[in-house]
Amino acid sequence: MKDLIIKIENPVLDIKNLSISYNKGKYAVTNVNAGVKKNSVTAIMGPSGCGKSTLLRAINRMHELYPNIEVKGKIFLNNNDIFLMSSIEIRRKIGMVFQRPNPFPTMSIYDNVIAGYKLNGIRLKKNKKDEIVEKSLKDVVLWNEVKNSLKKKGTFLSGGQQQRLCIARALAFKPDVILLDEPTSALDPIATKKVEQLLIKLKENYTILLVTHNMSQAARMSDYSMFMYLGELVEYGKTKKLFINPVDKRTEEYLTGKFS
Amino acid sequence: MSEKITKIILFIASFIIVIISAGMVLSLMSGAAPAFKEFGFKFIISTEWNPTEGKEQYGALQFIAGTIITSIIAIIICLPLAFSTSLFIGEYFRGTKLAKIIGTMVDMLAGIPSIVYGLWGFYVLRPLIVDLGFNAQGFGIITAGIILAIMIIPYATSISTEIIKMVSNELKEAAYSLGATQKDVIMAVVIPEARSGIFTSYILAFGRAIGETMAVTMLIGNTNIIPKSIFDTGNTMASVIANQFGEADGLKLSSLIAIGLILFVITGLINGLGKIMIKQFN
Amino acid sequence: MERVIKDKIFKGFVILFAFITISPIIMIIYKLVIKGYRQININFFMQNAPDTYEAMIALNAGKIIPGGILNGITGTLFMVIIASTIAIPIGLLIGVFLYENKNKFYANIVRDITDILQGVPSIVLGLIAYFWVVKSITNGFSALAGSVALAIMMMPLIIRSTEETLKMIPETIKEAGFALGVPYHKIILRILIPTSFSGLLTGSLLAISRIIGETAPLMLTALGSSIVNLNIEKPTSAVPLLIWEFYNDPNMVDLVWSSSLFLMGFVLFLNILSKSLNGECRM
Repeated sequence: MKDLIIKIENPVLDIKNLSISYNKGKYAVTNVNAGVKKNSVTAIMGPSGCGKSTLLRAINRMHELYPNIEVKGKIFLNNNDIFLMSSIEIRRKIGMVFQRPNPFPTMSIYDNVIAGYKLNGIRLKKNKKDEIVEKSLKDVVLWNEVKNSLKKKGTFLSGGQQQRLCIARALAFKPDVILLDEPTSALDPIATKKVEQLLIKLKENYTILLVTHNMSQAARMSDYSMFMYLGELVEYGKTKKLFINPVDKRTEEYLTGKFS
Repeated sequence: MSEKITKIILFIASFIIVIISAGMVLSLMSGAAPAFKEFGFKFIISTEWNPTEGKEQYGALQFIAGTIITSIIAIIICLPLAFSTSLFIGEYFRGTKLAKIIGTMVDMLAGIPSIVYGLWGFYVLRPLIVDLGFNAQGFGIITAGIILAIMIIPYATSISTEIIKMVSNELKEAAYSLGATQKDVIMAVVIPEARSGIFTSYILAFGRAIGETMAVTMLIGNTNIIPKSIFDTGNTMASVIANQFGEADGLKLSSLIAIGLILFVITGLINGLGKIMIKQFN
Repeated sequence: MERVIKDKIFKGFVILFAFITISPIIMIIYKLVIKGYRQININFFMQNAPDTYEAMIALNAGKIIPGGILNGITGTLFMVIIASTIAIPIGLLIGVFLYENKNKFYANIVRDITDILQGVPSIVLGLIAYFWVVKSITNGFSALAGSVALAIMMMPLIIRSTEETLKMIPETIKEAGFALGVPYHKIILRILIPTSFSGLLTGSLLAISRIIGETAPLMLTALGSSIVNLNIEKPTSAVPLLIWEFYNDPNMVDLVWSSSLFLMGFVLFLNILSKSLNGECRM
């Protein structure tokens, strides 16, 4: 058993005995135990319906937006139980990027980046705002492309640019962890490559947890990989080891394309 | 062959509605002609309403004013109620049984005949206005405005609820993921996204209020003056027609028809505006 | 966490206002039932409205006012039937026309006109029917004039509901008909209309429920009558017209509640009927 799930020392995020059920009794995630290493990219992969997105969305408590979803177990962020904090606070500390780019269509690029501050009613001085916008957009390598059109609507950007804008929006709060739910599935290969390079660069300052159904993406860019199947965390280890030498038979079958 | 005949029949049918509309405009114009000939443009800006034979003098401004004022009061009262109801059905309790019940009840408001609103206004609302000391008789602009507000709620609610429901979940989740509360999400995402739809439904509701007749006739007090305050009595374009049509002939009849024409044009403009806006966000 | 409290307060107001919004419907139904149910008995449906003298005698004797609203019920049904006979076939044809010519310039104009016509205040339609029928055809107030006003009100509703219903039919059903060499008019009559029948019925019932409570246009056209009239050239009563008469007559004012209760019950019944029909069609 021990070989299947790697033990992470001093995890930034620690998931303990986590189970998630829909409509009383239908389990989407069963008894997951995993730590997430600071300043790394950790990929969660598995066939569709394996519970990887459900798991990810529990980490910033997005599941609470919908009725009839029950979560058992605990999640710790820097040793603090996230379920004891307010959902507002936790979501500011754990940023999220979604499958399809979703900049706020009624806001300018500039306002999109500082949307988190605006939504939280935090008033900033103009130069402080400018600073955050510039820094965040530089972090996502979008600054040069948009610096002259900050007042334009975010929806005028290309899909890849929009997704980087959404990452910038998540970064503006300097979160401890960034959750990404298949962030490149709606993008073309070139835009995908840019986002991947960006994420690898971002791990210097952030901890990144990435859901993907694309094995090669996990192999290319992650340091650690989880493989989930039917709601269970089957195997979790260093990406190189997991891909070259999987322990569980199901992991091996998945990686060799027996099912997807 | 059969295809051609069918197409011709359909075309002729479609032409009927064009003829009806054109005929309506022509009939109203020809009916209103004597009044406009007699009083000219002054008809619209005069507040004189004197049916004494020999001194006959008619103007529509007080009715236009009464109509606009009651409708504005109606929309002001309706706004927070209809908007809250839209949020209740389309956002807070979306898809629940409770939302369905509330939605059905709002629909029922649209089914109540205008005259029944008038009765209820007369027997329930009017005494309340008297008790509150607003007005000795309880009739007037404010009474009519409140009843109108209730009557137009279904129109103000229906489109805006649909539009609020349509605001994409992805955007709402994006805002939640940044730590927004539900109120923040409504203010920063739902309202900006849905604003043209919400605005349109209020425009259409306003159009409804302008043309409402019976309930207003029963509550507004029927005086041919420009109301000086919301507790004054007055008349709207629709209510003066309903009130005075029975005993009207000659120049007075023509003046009432002229008022009907103005009413037709105003509601046409407002509904046209609403329609253009609907097209824009479709 | 001041923001969390604000969020809660906001939600509280939304809920409060939503309940205020629906409270009139409860109060109105309650009032009508409480004040009106006593008057509703067999005579209510079998006798004409009393005259003010009969009502006064009953009032003074402390009895229930005699008579019913038969002249109103028959008048309403009579005019609704005539209006439907005019508006439903034409409305259906125009609806089919709009469906068949989706985005053509002329069809768009017809659609715009229909929408504008739908927004015309009913009292203006009363004026129109007064001109077209009272003054020109029947030379006096008449059932026909009332029906014409109601028909013009109904038509836009029928047209739009027909078009919307037809839009929901999958294109493939129509194509299957064409592939079998079925002539165009038969595709309309045998395929489109039967397939969407319950939807069309719903639209028609809703349109009827919209016009059945109309008072203002009838005051200018049908006027009213103290007896049952089934002659389209003569003045005719209707339930809303009776309510208006009762309301204006101090001796008969007690009758407004029962007639209003009846009228509203009928409108709601039509609404529920049409919605349940629609539910069936969706299954």
